[in-house]
Amino acid sequence: MVQYNFKKITVVPPGKDFIDIILSRTQRQTPTVVHKGYAISRLRQFYMRKVKYTQQNFHEKLSTIIEEFPRLDDIHPFYGDLLHVLYNKDHYKLALGQVNTARNLISKIAKDYVKLLKYGDSLYRCKSLKVAALGRMCTVIKRIGPSLAYLEQIRQHMARLPSIDPNTRTVLICGYPNVGKSSFINKITRADVDVQPYAFTTKSLFVGHTDYKYLRYQVIDTPGILDRPFEDRNIIEMCSITALAHLRAAVLFFLDVSGSCGYSIAQQAALFHSIKSLFMNKPLIIVCNKTDLQPLEGISEEDMKLVMEMKAEAMKTVLGQGGEPTNDEGVLLTMSTLTEDGVIAVKNAACERLLNQRVEIKMKSKKINDCLNRFHVALPKPRDQKERPPCIPQAVMEARAKEAAEKEKRKTEKDIENENGGAGVYSASLKKHYILSNEEWKEDIMPEILDGHNVADFIDPDILLRLEELEREEGLRQAVEEDDDFEMDGKELTSEEQEALAEIRKKKSLLIQQHRIKKSTAESRPIVPRKFDKNKEFTTKRMGRQLSVLGLDPSLAINRARSRSLSRKGRKRERSPAYDGGDAMDVDVDTPKKKLRARSRSLSLSRSRSRPPSEVTPGEGFKDSAQKVKAIKLGKKSVKMRNKDARRGEADRVIPSLKPKHLFSGKRSIGKTQRR
Amino acid sequence: MRLEKCWFCSSTIYPGHGIQFVRNDAKIFRFCRSKCHKNFKMKRNPRKVKWTKAYRRLHGKDMTQDSTFEFERKRNRPERYDRNLAENTLKAIKKIDKVRVDREARHHALRMKGKKAKEQKEAQKELEQHIHLLKAPAVLQEDPSLTLPKIKVKVSQQQSEENQAMEE
Repeated sequence: MVQYNFKKITVVPPGKDFIDIILSRTQRQTPTVVHKGYAISRLRQFYMRKVKYTQQNFHEKLSTIIEEFPRLDDIHPFYGDLLHVLYNKDHYKLALGQVNTARNLISKIAKDYVKLLKYGDSLYRCKSLKVAALGRMCTVIKRIGPSLAYLEQIRQHMARLPSIDPNTRTVLICGYPNVGKSSFINKITRADVDVQPYAFTTKSLFVGHTDYKYLRYQVIDTPGILDRPFEDRNIIEMCSITALAHLRAAVLFFLDVSGSCGYSIAQQAALFHSIKSLFMNKPLIIVCNKTDLQPLEGISEEDMKLVMEMKAEAMKTVLGQGGEPTNDEGVLLTMSTLTEDGVIAVKNAACERLLNQRVEIKMKSKKINDCLNRFHVALPKPRDQKERPPCIPQAVMEARAKEAAEKEKRKTEKDIENENGGAGVYSASLKKHYILSNEEWKEDIMPEILDGHNVADFIDPDILLRLEELEREEGLRQAVEEDDDFEMDGKELTSEEQEALAEIRKKKSLLIQQHRIKKSTAESRPIVPRKFDKNKEFTTKRMGRQLSVLGLDPSLAINRARSRSLSRKGRKRERSPAYDGGDAMDVDVDTPKKKLRARSRSLSLSRSRSRPPSEVTPGEGFKDSAQKVKAIKLGKKSVKMRNKDARRGEADRVIPSLKPKHLFSGKRSIGKTQRR
Repeated sequence: MRLEKCWFCSSTIYPGHGIQFVRNDAKIFRFCRSKCHKNFKMKRNPRKVKWTKAYRRLHGKDMTQDSTFEFERKRNRPERYDRNLAENTLKAIKKIDKVRVDREARHHALRMKGKKAKEQKEAQKELEQHIHLLKAPAVLQEDPSLTLPKIKVKVSQQQSEENQAMEE
C-alpha cells in the first residue's frame, strides 16, 4: 500500500534539460574516439552503441516518471477524487499517456536506426545515421515538453498535500466559511492554520492530530462550503466535498449562532440539508460556535426551530447505528473557541462517538473472530453461591502495611541534603552507617602516617603483648650490655706525645706535597746534577738550619762541606781578561795578607760580576755556549708577534676574491703548466 | 595514602615526591628522587652502590635482622576501626621506633668497637718510627724526652770574614 505521501516522486526535468542530460551522459559514458581507419565492424559497433545507449537512458527515465506518478484508479478513492478535483483526471492521464507514447516512439526509432547501422559502409555514413537517430529522439522529447512541465507542476503540488491516512480515526470539520473551524483545530491540535476575518482563508485541507483515550485522531480542517448547486462549486469547495464523501470520519458541522460570519442561521441550515446526504453512516455532531457573542438560548424562534430540525437529523444518525436512542447529549453542543468554553467537550464527544462506531463495525466484521480471544477474560462458572475472596496471609498484610508506613516516614539522604542547604553547602557524612563496637567512634579521624611509618602496617590486635615482650627483651639486653660495655682504654698518648705526633704528620704531609709537585713537573724540568744547583737550594745555611731543627750541632758538618766546596778548590771557570793579570801577578809572597786579600777580593769580585748572556753557567744544563745561544733564539722566536695576513684573528677564513683575475687570465704561453 | 619505599635507595617516598615506573611485566618501581631514577636507568645494581640501604645491609654496615622489623608488615585485610586499638598502635609505634633506634646504635657501636685500640696502636708505632723527622736519633739517645729542639741559627765564619773585608 502506497503511503499517502507523494513527496517521493522524482523531479521531472523540463524538455530541453532532459535532452541535455541524456545527450551529455551518452557523450561521457560511451567511447568517443574513432578514426576512419578502423575496421568497419568496429565503426558500426561504435555508433550502434551510442544509439542504443541513448535509447536506454530515455527509456529508463520516462519509465520512472510513468511508474512514480500514482494511477488514479489504483489509489484510495479519496485521493483519487482529490487529485481529480485538483488536477483534472483526464488531463493528468493524457499527460502520462503522452510520456508513454514518447517512450515507445523512441524505442522504435532506435530499433530502426540500429538496423540501418548494421549496413553502414563508411564512417561518415554511420555517423550521419547516428546523428539522425539521436536527432529524432530528441525531437520526440521536445514535443512532449509541455506535458513534462505540467507533470512537474503536479508533482510539486502533490508533494505539498497533507498526508491524510484515509483508514485511521478521523474527525472532519465542515461548515460555512468563517464560522470558526480553523480556530477550533488550532485549539485542539498543534496545527497552525491561518485564521483571518475574510472568507476562504483556508483554501485546502489541513491535518492536525489530537489524542483521546491513548489513541491518535486525525482532525481535518476543510475550506468553507457555500450553499450552491453541485455543479457550480469551485475547486476549493470540491476539496471539502471530496473529504466528506470519502473519509469515514466523525463530522462536526459548525454553526455560527451569532451570525458574525456574514451568513444567517437559515442559510447555514439550508446548507446542512443540502449536504446531509454526505453524512450517511457518519457520527454527526452539530456544534454551535461563537456562543460568547450569542448564547444558544438567546436566538430567535425560527432559528431555534431550524436548529432543532438539524438536531433531529443528527439524531437519526445516532439511531441508525443501533445505539442508544435516549442519548442525545452528544449531538448538539455549544462552545466558543475564543473563550475556550466547551472546546474539549466537543472534542471528547466527537472522539467518543467515532470510537464507538468503529468498535461496533469491527465487532460485526469477520476479523473480530481472530482477536476475540484477546479480550475475553475467562471466569470459572460458580458451582455454588459461596463467596470465595482471595486469601492473603496475615504476615504479608502486616508487612505491607508497615512498608507503606515506612515509605512515608523514611527520610532519604537527598531530603536531608536539601534541608541543610543543598548540594554545595551540605556534605553527607559517609561514616554515618559504620558498624563499630562503639557508636562514639564513628566520626573519628585515624591518622594514616606517623613518623615516616604507615600506621596501617602496625595495626595488630596483640600489639600490646608483643610490645611488652619487646620491652622486656630490651631491658634484659641493656642490663647485659652495661656489664661488658667498657673498652680498654690503655695506652693513651700524653699531650707531649700527641704534639710530637702532630708535628710528625705535618712534616710528612709537607714532604708528600713537595714530592707531588716535583713529580708533576718532572718531565719539563732538566735533570741537572746537584753541583750545578742554580736556585741555591743546597747551601750550607740551609743544611745548618735543618740540622739544628733536628737538634744536632751543624758546625762540624758546615765546615766539612765548605772545605770540600768547589769554590775553595778552584772552579773551572773561563778567565776574563781583566782579572787575569791580577791573579797571575800576585806573586808578592811577603804580603800573605795581601795574597789573602787579593784572593778574597778575586773571589768576592768573581761573585758579583754579571756574565754575558751566551756564557754557560754549570747549573743551567747546557752543554756549551752554542747550545745556549740556540735555546735563547728559539725562546725569543716563540714570543714574536705573527703576521696577521690581514685576518681579524685565527678563525677568520675569508678569501676576499676566490678567482683573482690576474691568476686566471691570459693565454698560456711557453712555460710550465701544472694544471690543464 | 601510603608511604612507599624507594626501590633504589630504600628511603621513604612521601606523597608528591618521586617517580613511579611501571614495566611491561607490570612490576612497579618507585623512586624517591631523580638521582635514584637515573641510577636505575643506568642499570646500576643498588647492592653495589655504596650509599644505598641495600649495600649497607648486605655488607653488614646496618642492622639486618631484628624483631622490631616484624612489627611493620603490610597487611592486606582492613581491620574494623577500634579506637583503643588505634590509640595503642600509635603509642606502640613510638616505642618501637625508640627501641629500633637504640638497637641500631648498639649495632653501630659494636661495629666500631676495636677502632680506638687500633688507632692508638698505630699512633704509637708512627711515633716510634718517625720520630727521626723531628729529633735526630743521637739527640734522642741523650735526651729521651719528647721535647722538640729549637732552631739555632749559627753565625757563620764567612760572614765574619766579609765583615772583616768591609772594615778594611
